[in-house]
Amino acid sequence: MSKTHVATHINGDSYEFLCNTQQTLLDVLRHELDLKGSKEGCATGDCGACSVMMDDRLVCACLVLGVEADGKKIETVEGLSTGSSLDPLQQKFIDLAALQCGICTPGVLVAAKALLEKNKNPSEEEVRFWLAGNLCRCTGYDKIVRAVLEVAAEARNT
Amino acid sequence: MNYVVPKTALEASKALVQEGAFALAGGTDLLVKLKTKFVSPSMVVDIKQVPKIMGIEATADGWWIGAATPCAEIVEHESFCKDWPGVVEALSLIGSTQIQGRATLGGNLCNASPAADSVPALISARGTCIISGQSREREEPIEKIVTSPGVTALEKGEFILGFKLPKPQSGTGDAYLRLIPRSEMDIAVVGAGTTVSVDKNKKITSIRVCLGAIAPTQIVLDGLEDIFIGKEPDENSINKLVSIAEAACKPIKDKRGTIEYRTKIAGVLSKRTLTIAYERATNH
Ligand SMILES: Cc1cc2nc3c(=O)[nH]c(=O)nc-3n(C[C@H](O)[C@H](O)[C@H](O)COP(=O)(O)OP(=O)(O)OC[C@H]3O[C@@H](n4cnc5c(N)ncnc54)[C@H](O)[C@@H]3O)c2cc1C
Ligand code: FES
Ligand code: FES
Repeated sequence: MSKTHVATHINGDSYEFLCNTQQTLLDVLRHELDLKGSKEGCATGDCGACSVMMDDRLVCACLVLGVEADGKKIETVEGLSTGSSLDPLQQKFIDLAALQCGICTPGVLVAAKALLEKNKNPSEEEVRFWLAGNLCRCTGYDKIVRAVLEVAAEARNT
Repeated sequence: MNYVVPKTALEASKALVQEGAFALAGGTDLLVKLKTKFVSPSMVVDIKQVPKIMGIEATADGWWIGAATPCAEIVEHESFCKDWPGVVEALSLIGSTQIQGRATLGGNLCNASPAADSVPALISARGTCIISGQSREREEPIEKIVTSPGVTALEKGEFILGFKLPKPQSGTGDAYLRLIPRSEMDIAVVGAGTTVSVDKNKKITSIRVCLGAIAPTQIVLDGLEDIFIGKEPDENSINKLVSIAEAACKPIKDKRGTIEYRTKIAGVLSKRTLTIAYERATNH
């Protein structure tokens, strides 16, 4: 079957790719563009491991068709760091050991960043509700929530 | 699978008429069905570039909500949230933050699940929808759309362009509650949406209660006017509401709840949403 041409922006760079219409944005990121940061945990919208920003909204890349990315602005975990300097969230996750196997981490980071852009001073409850669609089988969530709250507090104090 | 992005409502209808064509809004139901091979469309019609289908705005007589507007955008609209807090409660319950970024009211309705969260709230608010087709547009009450689980009354080539909600007259309040086995991300055991209006003396002038997940389609409770109009709610009238809600239940039994449990909860949520909606109405 013939493939569809898609032109999009990912982490500030323009990308063009060919994909078949059945492929999801997550398939395209991982298999066509070699951006393997976004993970596939479930492929049905339940786990949040594939969380990316599309036109400034947090979405599951597994529930977006690759062809829908045409003309859109996509941001993935690969866009969080600048060169070798990590985003404060990434550094804090390392410092507080807020990850174990790491499968959920890219999605959690993208989702947490989206929250902090919207809300500079989230309560613990707000963090937990915002991240309810990001499942983690390892950490028990506590360190994740603490890391997000600490990054928010430090950003307010600088 | 072909993929098309029509730029007009007519183009969208012409594409949707074809055998095996499916509308795509947020894709949070459709892509799951694609993945699980529950459906295999020959064509996906991405309706999000049809004029008026995206966005929410105040109109002369109320509200227009484009059928493909993501829930996250509706929730950000402050004056809409003030007018219809119950509708906002309902659509805020759909999935996670990520799902909200894409899920739409058109998709929630047309997926035609008995447990769809926004639908009882929209019905209780007396919402209507504008349906676009090949030869005409028509307006229907929302309760006319779902005919049985997974099936709608839309004809071939028709799709929902948007929803109209009235401007709530002063003294109106609405509320939505659902019960799920955990605190987030699950399917309603029962959902209840209630809208009431009151006069200056706090007497009820109109009432509408709609239940979800208790029957193959959403159910509007009958016979409430005789009980509530012209009065303040009291123990006696509320007990009658509970009985009417319980009697309306024809639920399924599944891992989320037995028939007895769902029936009991339908009564409880009817009562609680009435209490909240009445409180809001008297403060509005
Ligand atoms: C993890 C997860 C959690 C969820 N939680 C909830 C929940 O708590 N409560 C709840 O109610 N739902 C829930 N859902 C289901 C889903 O998110 C909602 O039903 C959502 O509103 C569907 O909207 P959509 O735009 O994504 O629909 P789509 O997937 O785009 O479409 C759904 C169906 O409707 C048709 N359609 C879409 N738009 C139109 C239109 N304008 N006119 C005609 N037909 C149309 C499509 O062809 C398709 O058959 C959940 C889904 C997931 C994946
Ligand atoms: S892989 Fe997308 S939500 Fe799980
Ligand atoms: S660290 Fe393993 S799933 Fe979260």
